[in-house]
Amino acid sequence: MAELLQYIATGITIGSVYALVALGFTLIYNCSGIVNFAQGEFVMIGGMVTVALTAYGLPLEAAAVGAVGVSIVVGIAIYILAVAPAGRASPVTVIIITIGVSIFLRGAAQVLFGKQFHGVKPFLSEQPVMILGAAVQSQAFLVIGGTAAASLLFWILLERTLIGKALMATAANRLAAQLVGINLRRVMLIAFGGSAAIGAIAGILVTPITLTSYDVGTMLALKGFAAAMLGGMGSPLGAMAGGLLLGLAEALSAGYLSSAYKDAIAFLATFAVLLLAPNGLLGRRSVNRV
Amino acid sequence: MRTLVVAGLLSIATVTVQAQDSVTIGAVLSVTGAAAFLGEPEEKTLRIYVDRLNAEGGMLGKRINLVIYDDGSDANKARTFATRLLDDGKIAAMIGGTTTGASMAMLPVFEERGVPFISLASGISIVEPVRRFVFKVPHTDRMACERIFEDMKTRGLSKVALISGSDGLGQSMRDQCVAVAPRFGVQVVADEKYGARDSDMTAQLAKIKAVVGLQAVLNAGAGQSPAIVTRNFAQLGFSNVTLYQSHGVASKSFIELTGAASEGVRLPSAALLIAGQLPASDVQKPVVINYKQTYEAATGQPVSTFGGHAYDALMIVADAAKRAKSLEPGKLRDAIETTKDFVGTGGVFSFDAKDHLGLGPSAFKMVIIKNGDWALAD
Repeated sequence: MAELLQYIATGITIGSVYALVALGFTLIYNCSGIVNFAQGEFVMIGGMVTVALTAYGLPLEAAAVGAVGVSIVVGIAIYILAVAPAGRASPVTVIIITIGVSIFLRGAAQVLFGKQFHGVKPFLSEQPVMILGAAVQSQAFLVIGGTAAASLLFWILLERTLIGKALMATAANRLAAQLVGINLRRVMLIAFGGSAAIGAIAGILVTPITLTSYDVGTMLALKGFAAAMLGGMGSPLGAMAGGLLLGLAEALSAGYLSSAYKDAIAFLATFAVLLLAPNGLLGRRSVNRV
Repeated sequence: MRTLVVAGLLSIATVTVQAQDSVTIGAVLSVTGAAAFLGEPEEKTLRIYVDRLNAEGGMLGKRINLVIYDDGSDANKARTFATRLLDDGKIAAMIGGTTTGASMAMLPVFEERGVPFISLASGISIVEPVRRFVFKVPHTDRMACERIFEDMKTRGLSKVALISGSDGLGQSMRDQCVAVAPRFGVQVVADEKYGARDSDMTAQLAKIKAVVGLQAVLNAGAGQSPAIVTRNFAQLGFSNVTLYQSHGVASKSFIELTGAASEGVRLPSAALLIAGQLPASDVQKPVVINYKQTYEAATGQPVSTFGGHAYDALMIVADAAKRAKSLEPGKLRDAIETTKDFVGTGGVFSFDAKDHLGLGPSAFKMVIIKNGDWALAD
C-alpha cells in the first residue's frame, strides 16, 4: 500500500510538470497551428535563471519573478525574430524553425551557465511529509499546487476575458478573426509570452526536485508533446489529463513492471490510446465535409 | 610572380623548420555534449601541462604541438577525427577517447597505423584483450565493484540492492558488479534501472526499500542522476542502510548538488579527491597536490579525477619519450609498455606486455562524505 501511494505521488508530481509543458504547447498551437519545440527550453530558462539570480544573492521570490520575466522576453523574441519573419510559411516549416531556436537556446545556455548541473534548495523544507508510509517531498505539493493554479488562470484567461476570446477566435478561424478586427500579431505575442511564462513556472517549481542543466528541456519537450497528443492537441483540459496520465504510467510501470523499460511502456501506452482515439482523449474531432 | 614564388618558398621553409623542431601529440576528447563533464577538465589539463612542458624545453628538446579535436560525445565523429589526425601529419602519440564508446571506435585506426593510443575511458574492453598499441589510464568499473564489495565485506554487509543508470558507465558497472559479487559473499537482492535523463528515482527506490533485510544500496552511474538518487534516498528515510556511489560522481559538484543528503555516502575514488588528507608517507601525495594546485590556479575550478587521467596519460608519454630517447611511435610504444612504478594521480602505474592498464584495485581509496567534504574512510 505504501509503495502504491509512493508511486502515485511520484507520478503525479512529475506528471504535473509534463502537464505544464503540454499546456504551453496547447496555448501556441491553438492560435497558430504551430507546435513550438522550444517549449522545453522555457522550463530550462526558468530553472537556470532562478539558480543564477539566487547565486547573486537575490531572495528566491525576486529570482523567480526575474526568471519568469526573462523567459517571457525570450518567448516574445522568438516570435518577433524567428516565427514572424517566416510569414505565411507552412506550419511544418515554422515547426522546424522552432527546433532550430531550441538548439540555439541550448547552446547559449551552455555558454552562459556552463555544462554542469545546478540545483536550488527546496522552497519549504528538506524533510519529506509522510502520508500513510509514503514519503512526499514538500516541494511536490508546490509543483502540484502551482500546476493547478496555472491551469486555472489559463482557463479563466481563455474563457472569461476578451483577450481569451480573441485567442479562441484566432484558433477557430484566422481570416475571420482578422476580419472582425482582431490584431493577429498581438494575439501571437500574448500566446508566445504566456506559454514562455507557463514553462518558466514549471522550471522554477521543479528544479529543487530534479536539478537543471542546459539540456534539460529536450526530454521535457518530448514528454510534454506526448502528453499533449495523449490528451488531445489543442485542449487545455486534455493537456492536464495527458500530463498526469503519462507521469502515472511512468511511475507505476517503474514500480510494478520494469524500471528499465518505463519510458517505453509509457510511450507505448500513449501510442495505444492514439490508435483507439486518434484525436487524443479530449481532443476535438476534426470532420472534413465533402 | 617572383614575390609569389618567394612567398611559396618561404612558407615551405617555415613548414620544414616546424616539422624538425616540434612533435605532435593528438587528442580527441568529448569537450561538448553529454560527456562534457569528463572531457572539459581533460582538455584544460592537457593545454595547461603541454604549455608547462614546452616552457621546460618540450619533449627531448622538441616543442610539443598539441592538436585537440572535440567529438561532441559522438563516437562516429571521434573515429573521423582520429583518421584525420593520422592523415594530416605524423603524430607521435594519441591521448583520448573520453568515453569507452569513442575509444573503441578509434582504437582499430591506431592499431593499424602503429601509433600509441592512451585512452581516458573506464571500460575494461579497451585493454581486454590486450592490443599492441592501446593503453588506458583510468580505473575500470570492475575494480570499483571489487573495492566497494571489499568494503562491504569488512563492514559485514551482504545484502545489496543495485540501482544503475542506462548510461555507459551505469550499464557496464552493473554487469561487472553482478559478476564479481559472489566472490565477496555479496548477494544482489534487487536490480533496478533508471534512464540517463530521468528526474526522479523515488519509484525505483521505494521498490528497493520494501526488500526485507536490505543492508546497502549501490548506485552505478555518471552525470547528474546519482545526485538525484542520493537526494531521493535521503527523502525516503532508509534506516540502517548504507548508500554506496561509484567513482563516476567523484567531483565537488556532487556534494554541492546533494547537500545534507550525501552525508555518510561511501564511494571508491582516486587519491586526487582527498589530496590534502593523504598521509605524508603516501607516494602519490606530492603528485596529486601539485596537480591539484596547478589545475585550480589555472582554471579557478575545483579539480576532478577526470582531468587527472589526462595528466597521467600525458606524463606517461613524456616519461616514455625520455627512456626511449626517441619520438618515433614504435619506440615510444615499447617504452610505454615498460613503464614501471610511475606515480600518477590515478595510482602507481606498471605496464607490461600482458597488462596495458597497470593499476590494481588498491589504486582506489574508500572515501566517505563527511560535513560536506570528502574524507578517507579507513
